[in-house]
Amino acid sequence: MSTESPARLAVRKTYKLYIGGAFPRSESGRSYQVHSASGAFLANAALGSRKDARDAVKAARAAVGKWSGATAYNRGQVLYRVAEVLEGRHEQFVSEVKAAEGGSRKEAAAQVDAAIDRWVWYAGWSDKIAQIHGGANPVAGPYFNLSAPEPTGVVAVVAPAGSSLLGLVSVIAPAIVTGNTVVVVASTDKPLPAISLTEVLATSDLPGGVVNVLTGKVAEIAPWLASHLDVNAIDLTGVTDDTLAKDLEVAAAENLKRVIRPADPDWNADPGVSRMLALLEIKTVWHPKGV
Amino acid sequence: MDFQYAPAPESRSVVDIRSSYGLFINGAFVDGRGESFKSVNPATEEALADIAAASAEDVDAAVRAARHAFDTVWGPMPGRERAKYLFRIARIIQERARELAVLESLDNGKPIRESRDVDVPLVAAHFFYYAGWADKLPYAGFGPDPKPLGVAAQVIPWNFPLLMLAWKIAPALAAGNTVVLKPAETTPLTALLFAEICQQAELPPGVVNIITGAGDTGRLLVEHAGVDKVAFTGSTEVGRAIARAAAGTRKRLTLELGGKAANIVFDDAALDQAVEGVVNGIFFNQGHVCCAGSRLLLQESVAEEFLESLKRRMASLRVGDPLDKNTDVGAINSSAQLARIRQLSQIGEDEGAERWSAPCELPSRGYWFAPTIFTGVTQAHRIAREEIFGPVLSVLTFRTPDEAVEKANNTPYGLSAGIWTEKGSRILHIADKLRAGVVWANTFNKFDPTSPFGGYKESGYGREGGRHGLEAYLEH
Repeated sequence: MSTESPARLAVRKTYKLYIGGAFPRSESGRSYQVHSASGAFLANAALGSRKDARDAVKAARAAVGKWSGATAYNRGQVLYRVAEVLEGRHEQFVSEVKAAEGGSRKEAAAQVDAAIDRWVWYAGWSDKIAQIHGGANPVAGPYFNLSAPEPTGVVAVVAPAGSSLLGLVSVIAPAIVTGNTVVVVASTDKPLPAISLTEVLATSDLPGGVVNVLTGKVAEIAPWLASHLDVNAIDLTGVTDDTLAKDLEVAAAENLKRVIRPADPDWNADPGVSRMLALLEIKTVWHPKGV
Repeated sequence: MDFQYAPAPESRSVVDIRSSYGLFINGAFVDGRGESFKSVNPATEEALADIAAASAEDVDAAVRAARHAFDTVWGPMPGRERAKYLFRIARIIQERARELAVLESLDNGKPIRESRDVDVPLVAAHFFYYAGWADKLPYAGFGPDPKPLGVAAQVIPWNFPLLMLAWKIAPALAAGNTVVLKPAETTPLTALLFAEICQQAELPPGVVNIITGAGDTGRLLVEHAGVDKVAFTGSTEVGRAIARAAAGTRKRLTLELGGKAANIVFDDAALDQAVEGVVNGIFFNQGHVCCAGSRLLLQESVAEEFLESLKRRMASLRVGDPLDKNTDVGAINSSAQLARIRQLSQIGEDEGAERWSAPCELPSRGYWFAPTIFTGVTQAHRIAREEIFGPVLSVLTFRTPDEAVEKANNTPYGLSAGIWTEKGSRILHIADKLRAGVVWANTFNKFDPTSPFGGYKESGYGREGGRHGLEAYLEH
């Protein structure tokens, strides 16, 4: 009998969904195999279903009041906290992004750096967007008149198919910084960084339900989100099939969801404010002046 | 005591109405290839003029004229020059204000007091406001070098014909776009007079094209492959169809659709002022207002007293000849709209709400509906959920501020809302909670070119007016 102990067996992670601050398996009990850019088996991810999508919308709706009602200062601090926690897990995300997207470790590290910096950038917007996008209107009469932006509500997001972390962060952060809550369909082929990101979100004081992440097939899950009457907006950034995108837009018209469909975004470019503005409503309040 | 008013009609001789009108394409009036139709004075049922209907070929010609003008003249023109054209238009509107007001009242049925004192002054102000933006777009907050979109297809409703034209055309032109606009079938005349104003202003041909016709013409226009932008004001049903048609095209879309606004009166409100505000909120423009305060939410403790005052005030409203300067409530715009108002009112009665109409004598010819309120309305009643678009008010009650907010927001719409209370902190709290794009506190139905207007939820998307209104017409 040998006295040498065998090489230690690694403890693998089970990748699950993220709904309402918890990590459930798919209600459907299904999973699918996720492979690296080079074709090696990485993990089994949950194959999300219609029921999962509906549960996620319910969780997102329940979170709207508290999150949109939080002070902008508070939301900014939470987003900054996400950056802090992500920085602490830098090496893990470099490995995951490299596995998902291929390329060199240096290239993956640049993606992770940019993703962390993007959280910081958006964190700072929380208490400024209302100042640059709202304000007093000089109406021709004795009235106080003020326009201010408000979150549109629950936003369904089809995350970019290719950019598994930086692209993902670039679509989540501008939606939630202003008080929206999101249901994200992660990249089908590269979902693991998204699930790991939810572990960061869950430990950054982000209330449960503000971000919900589903993994699975876009063509299966997205139509339920596009037609869901309790979803206010849909971001089709990650929909690569034009026919599916059109069908989703048609479904979204039923309750006049706001639709975002940018043409081939460059995630390394300055994001600008257009994503934030697309998910904001302007409310204008009038009151007479008098003694 | 019974006060009698002598008739005080505005002269209709200030405006010449031609017997027939063509389409305004590429700077000139041309014949339409569709079957022409008549525009009718809803107060008398008399035909005012024959109006050309644009066929698919006509729509195509208008879009091509707009594209050519965009590529060759309007797009390349410096903003400061575009601005001067818009200032010119604003000035001509002021010069011809009375003519426009009388024509609007004849074609639409709204009281001359409103077309003269509200619609037309706001139209001129709108062009004046956006004229000033044309050479200041980099300061608008949409990037350092915002670009126009190209050709805008614009379809407008019949309730504020010329004002809706101004809301559409002024920001589009200021941002450097060219337009093809279709006015509503029942109210094309002021848009056609506006075409003449464009000629007087020597606006380059093709920058503004006005095509007339019914829903089919509108559909051909918004679905035309040559337009980059679609802007629509009208019903949620049609807005939804346009959103579906635009799916997959990457056309930019703004929609200003229906509403079912709550007007909330708290027990500490200045009740007399609130009564005035509620009357203005629902009976202004015969209730043909997407942001009309059509659901009155009364705090239970003042409901009885308030309703008594409201009925007394409603009984003094003068319904009749739109051209009479003393008229408060004019004619319903069309027989079809009158039928819809009657139908929904009948449904209100059938579902058990109690109907009360102001005791007023209605003219024997024309389309008329007496100012009406329904009490005992619940949230399940169709008259509390559906847009009636007429002088009909549904009255509900509430006990607590939370209940008021919940009822106010219990609608797929989200265009506007009203709050009546003397308590400032309550106004700000309730305004925060209401899911509506415009909140009037201790006032109602106020509009200004600097103030953005537009809805949440199924009342559409995008804003018109103000700096925000430019965004709909800029690439950024």
